[in-house]
Amino acid sequence: MVRLEQVSKSYNVSGLSAVQGFTLEIVASEFLVLVGESGCGKTTTLKMINRLVEPSSGRIVVDGKDVMATNPIDLRRAIGYVFQGIGLFPHMTVAENVGIVPKLLRWKSPAIAERVDELMGMMGLPPAEYRQRMPAELSGGQQQRVGVARALAGRPKILLMDEPFGALDPVTRDVLQREFKSLQKSFGLTVVMVTHDMTEALMLADRIAVMQQGRLLQVGTSQELLAHPNDAHITTLLEMPRRQAASLEGVLKARQP
Amino acid sequence: MNARLVEQLAALPDTFSHHLLLSLSALLTGILICFPLAILISRVKALQWPALTFASVVQTIPGLALLALMVPLLGRIGFLPAFLALVLYSMLPILHNTVSGLVGLDRSIIEAARGIGMSPVQQLFHVELPLAAPVIVAGIRTSAVWIVGTATLATPVGATSLGNHIFSGLQTQNPTAVLVGCFAAAALAVTLDQLIGWLQRAAERRNRRSGLAAGVSLLCLFLVGLVPLASKWGANCTERSTTVVVGAKTFTEQYLLAEFLNLMLKQAGMEAESKTSLGSTILFDALVKGEVDCYIDYSGTLWANLMKRTDVPPRAVLIEELSRWLQERHQVTLLGTLGFENTYALAIPEETATRQDISNLAELAPHTPKLRIGSDYEFFGRPEWQSLKQKYGLRFSEQRTFDPSLMYAAIRAKSVDVISAYSTDGRIIDYNLVVLKDPKGALPPYDAVLLLSPAASRRSELVAALAPVLGKITDDTIRQANKLVDLQGRSIPEAAAFVQKAVHSRRAPVSP
Repeated sequence: MVRLEQVSKSYNVSGLSAVQGFTLEIVASEFLVLVGESGCGKTTTLKMINRLVEPSSGRIVVDGKDVMATNPIDLRRAIGYVFQGIGLFPHMTVAENVGIVPKLLRWKSPAIAERVDELMGMMGLPPAEYRQRMPAELSGGQQQRVGVARALAGRPKILLMDEPFGALDPVTRDVLQREFKSLQKSFGLTVVMVTHDMTEALMLADRIAVMQQGRLLQVGTSQELLAHPNDAHITTLLEMPRRQAASLEGVLKARQP
Repeated sequence: MNARLVEQLAALPDTFSHHLLLSLSALLTGILICFPLAILISRVKALQWPALTFASVVQTIPGLALLALMVPLLGRIGFLPAFLALVLYSMLPILHNTVSGLVGLDRSIIEAARGIGMSPVQQLFHVELPLAAPVIVAGIRTSAVWIVGTATLATPVGATSLGNHIFSGLQTQNPTAVLVGCFAAAALAVTLDQLIGWLQRAAERRNRRSGLAAGVSLLCLFLVGLVPLASKWGANCTERSTTVVVGAKTFTEQYLLAEFLNLMLKQAGMEAESKTSLGSTILFDALVKGEVDCYIDYSGTLWANLMKRTDVPPRAVLIEELSRWLQERHQVTLLGTLGFENTYALAIPEETATRQDISNLAELAPHTPKLRIGSDYEFFGRPEWQSLKQKYGLRFSEQRTFDPSLMYAAIRAKSVDVISAYSTDGRIIDYNLVVLKDPKGALPPYDAVLLLSPAASRRSELVAALAPVLGKITDDTIRQANKLVDLQGRSIPEAAAFVQKAVHSRRAPVSP
């Protein structure tokens, strides 16, 4: 569904390369999570998929077509995107935010209204109550639900997510993560998500791609990574959620009578 | 109600209407120019500095100077130069706020707009402009208030505005007129400020209904304000070309003579209107171009300033040469002299004159290093002043420039010791001033002459209506008329009626 072949990105200003020789194929209906520390190039990689950033070299193929041969605007409308800072339009109502991509795709307004209601219902925001609200009147969790609904509105096959749950409180994050995972499964969405939270990656991903300093270190399922880490850095990354889980278990056991 | 107030309020709908039309059309044009420009420079960073610097430089030019500069640039007076100057004046706040509103937007929202697949134009109209709207509207609000204030300065370049009340009021010792003009301008500025502020709050709260209401109120203000002008246009449509425009410079005598010529023309069954408070050279240029049909000037002024002559021939010779020169050079007709002379003359307080025994300029000269001289805006820049200084060796310790009406107040308050008075001014006698004689003939005669534009001189009915006033206004008549306004607080129409009466009483014995 998405194929990156020897993709590199370097910036003229600094001369530094953000991404180097990145090769990866993401298959249809797969949930791929890109992890790594801040500045490792994971967000740049994500943005190259819908040409928000253009690669310096290499090839990216989405749904069988080279992205550089596709009109960037059509490409972006066909791919859902959930932004790091949520990025809702503060001057539009919830319904207008959710319906913006269908509107750009020139759907008829009854079809847009129907789609908006459907998605809002799906995301647990009763349309009658929330349609006319402004983003500023919503909680962080509700805003991100709107963000996800907006990304899905144009019926994309592919969804790109840039640390979508990063700014939420732990309880809300947990609820949204589980809801989103089941949504992804039931619709067979292809998802590429960026996060620096290893626990989140382990919980959601079909496969995890670990990046460091612009390079792809290893890609595999959580079991594969846990069993055969091919780099010390991966071991370090995986240790933390493990240690947390272990100590949590210890606390729970100690409490048992 | 006091008669002066009634008179000013009667003129108010017309001046207000002109003022509103001038201000709002300049503001709208400013918005139409600055908006695309600001969008362009918010995208092309290299243009930002030159465009904003240009707008800032324009802003530092004093409003009156900018307006006056437009006259020679465009070669005409009236609405257009005032409009263009105000458009330039409106630019800075609109440009500045639109650019900073667009540049200062949250980058993550712009990226989201791009990321979901908006084209650059869709980003601009669906996201950037709506989000920057409060800042942009704030710029328009500042600009609107500035323009309404500055538009009062459009009067001296021949555009009717609320400044008509202010300028003529200052010249004719009529504080009521000044207050009416100021109050009306302030009220308009405050109203616009409040209405646009309403629009700004609507944009901040993203309340479309409230924004619409504010917009409709603005439109209503505009329409109601323009009713007097529209009705006048409707009435004038057919006879516009025949209306005689009488010009006047910026002092009492000119205002009342323009009003008097209006009376004479109307009596002859013609339509007439005045364009007053015009600068001296602006007025002559307007006459040559036919934007003004007739006005009264002074022979010595034309002789020295336009012909650049420094010699002083006898009175009749000067008039004849001037008349020929005007006709050949500008096709302007000097119809004749009015009968009185309004000369520049140096005047000193009577007590100084008697104490120091000074009666002419030669006797004044040795005292000048200890004396301060005050004059109007023009005199120190005129060739007569150079010739006066040279011929008598005048070396004053200080030279100060005043508004003509304040110049008399200054000598009375002993802020200056000598002034360049006008010989027909009633205040010379009233303030106990002595006019010093000019034995060396440095100053030319200043006979009041009636000038007609090339087109007006071909209109026989106009010439016939004005010819009877020639030679009929004596020094005494004009001095008394000036005194009525400057010292006795009477209105310009009253003084004009006084002149008319005096002319009629002299007419019978003189006419054949």
